Amino acid sequence: MTKKSSATDDKPDAPAAGYGSAPANASLTREQKIECFRIMVRIRRFEERSLRAYQAKKIGGFLHLYIGQEAVAAGCCSLMGKDDHVITAYRDHGHAIAVGMEMKPLMAELYGKATGCSKGKGGSMHFFDPSRNYWGGHGIVGGQVPLGAGIAYALKYKGVKGACMAFMGDGAVNQGAVHEAYNLAALWQLPVIFVIENNGYSMGTSQARSSAGELARRGEGYGIAWGVCDGHDLYEVRATMDKFLKLAREESKPAIVEVRTYRYRGHSVADPDNTYRAKLEIEEYRKTKDPIQVFQNLLIAEGVLDEAQAGKIDAEARAEADTSAEFAEASPYPTVEDITKDVYWEVDNPAEKKSQGRLFFD
Amino acid sequence: MPLITYREAIRHALAEELQRDPNVVVLGEEVAQFNGAYKVTEGLLEKFGPKRIVDTPISEAGFIGMGIGASMLGLRPVMELMFWSFYSVAFDQILNNAANVRYMSGGLINCPIVIRGPANGGTNVGATHSHTPENICANHPGVKVVCPATAYDAKGLLKSAIRDNDPVFFMENTILYGDKGEVPEEEYLIPLGLADIKRAGADLTIVAHGRAVINSLAAAELLQKEHDISVEVVDLRSIRPLDEETVLASVRKTHRVLLVEENKPFCGVGAQLAYLIQDQAFDDLDAPIKRVSAIDAPAIYSPPLEAEQLPSPQRILKAAIALLD
Repeated sequence: MTKKSSATDDKPDAPAAGYGSAPANASLTREQKIECFRIMVRIRRFEERSLRAYQAKKIGGFLHLYIGQEAVAAGCCSLMGKDDHVITAYRDHGHAIAVGMEMKPLMAELYGKATGCSKGKGGSMHFFDPSRNYWGGHGIVGGQVPLGAGIAYALKYKGVKGACMAFMGDGAVNQGAVHEAYNLAALWQLPVIFVIENNGYSMGTSQARSSAGELARRGEGYGIAWGVCDGHDLYEVRATMDKFLKLAREESKPAIVEVRTYRYRGHSVADPDNTYRAKLEIEEYRKTKDPIQVFQNLLIAEGVLDEAQAGKIDAEARAEADTSAEFAEASPYPTVEDITKDVYWEVDNPAEKKSQGRLFFD
Repeated sequence: MPLITYREAIRHALAEELQRDPNVVVLGEEVAQFNGAYKVTEGLLEKFGPKRIVDTPISEAGFIGMGIGASMLGLRPVMELMFWSFYSVAFDQILNNAANVRYMSGGLINCPIVIRGPANGGTNVGATHSHTPENICANHPGVKVVCPATAYDAKGLLKSAIRDNDPVFFMENTILYGDKGEVPEEEYLIPLGLADIKRAGADLTIVAHGRAVINSLAAAELLQKEHDISVEVVDLRSIRPLDEETVLASVRKTHRVLLVEENKPFCGVGAQLAYLIQDQAFDDLDAPIKRVSAIDAPAIYSPPLEAEQLPSPQRILKAAIALLD
């Protein structure tokens, strides 16, 4: 990896007793810890199953896999209260599962089926579930970040004590829209946390070759609180995010958090993955920092989990992923008539339609 | 009926909707303390306070995107673009996010935002500030595009736009802001997608929108007086949805059509109308469809030349006479 070692950066040292003792984690019940573990395992097995489907040409377009980054979405989303919201970019499957979406509609969306979470209209990059405060799933690098500020704006406007976590990749930090959102969030003290999932590479360009300076430190220029944490330790993600979420909810303060993580697969699975990094680098991370293995070891050490339970959770996740693929396979495609549905609210709600004239053309 | 300006009509629409719905919030550059770059929002800060009338930094991608996000959660932001020309720096937000979010979410998310501001040439501000992007915006399914020509229409259409659950792009005109028109005291709405026959006639149909309607009416007056030609002027008012029936009915009545717009000719609104008319009213036509658009170059600065570049009453008149020959 091209990232600096933790000895030279601003990341605070881990507490002697580990992040498990941080208040956000000490308060977790045994069941909640196991649930965090289960979410991560389910994300990974879903991603692996979707990769197989992609290789079997069941899935079109791009497939940006989250494998290696599971502790970020699982850790952050496990902290969500009922008024907290999430928006992210196109590597969005992990967050979808972490907010509680079922695998079946997600896999069906990848297959382009009518039973997909977006009825087959969005695809891999565009998963949404507003009923779970999940606002996507957005395809353009950095384009979702002002929307995240807007969700926070709406919360503040309505007087709701919630926060929005606006996720982006390290490649997004150089987009103008991201900086504009930082400025607005600081100016109006919006309860938004900009979470930079730094997996080291914006597509095939390393952070060193794409971004000057430290990513979250750019918040200083806007007077925004910022932090850095490692993303392979779910406890550390939770401990860090908990602090900033409280600031957002209780004091309506924005923050920027860089979470250092790693993706095992290419930017999208169709992209070559051998031109910009060595296999050894991936193997090294997988061996020493795999987020699922790290958390499994922690839970076993705590006596919360044993190997047999972990194996059972894994088997269940694999079976769930397989079932989701079978569901997707068996589901119907949308019809040609469906192409022009869900374009206009008014057209889909004819009883309340006020406008006249033609909305679709041929 | 009181005579008020186009600018006041828009302001009244904003005030009434702000009063009616606490989720309506007006945001934009200079809309609050400065009272509006074109004074459209004058006095609203005083009346509604800083929570409802919000000055933004010069940061269109940021604040338009923020408005879109806020609308997803149920606010009804009315965003002012000081010029619609600045849409280009927020293009991704406007035409990727606002236009597509409902579709890509399979209908789970709505985006009830209004983006409004002037979109016109003719003020000698050069090419960067003179864009008329109604055709470009209307090319995107998911959005609605409105171009009012009169005070009455501006008020009734803006109120409908603010209540609409889809994103509506409302394109005004700085040259029209001072124009007065009759606007009733009592509340009224004009549905989007309903054209208006601004002048009835028998020999020729002119279809136009925005300020091109006003210039077409001036041309129609001259054509009647000096050439005894009776012109019907159809004001589209709304580009998408499009009132095809009113256009076709007029064509079937006069059998000749001149399409007038401030936009550039290539893939302009007129191109869509010409397709429609030849497809649906081919046998009713006694002459080829003609159009008058801006002369096809970036907006020129030079004041007398810019007046020539846009469809002036004289250019419209000439084209009408040629069409009737």
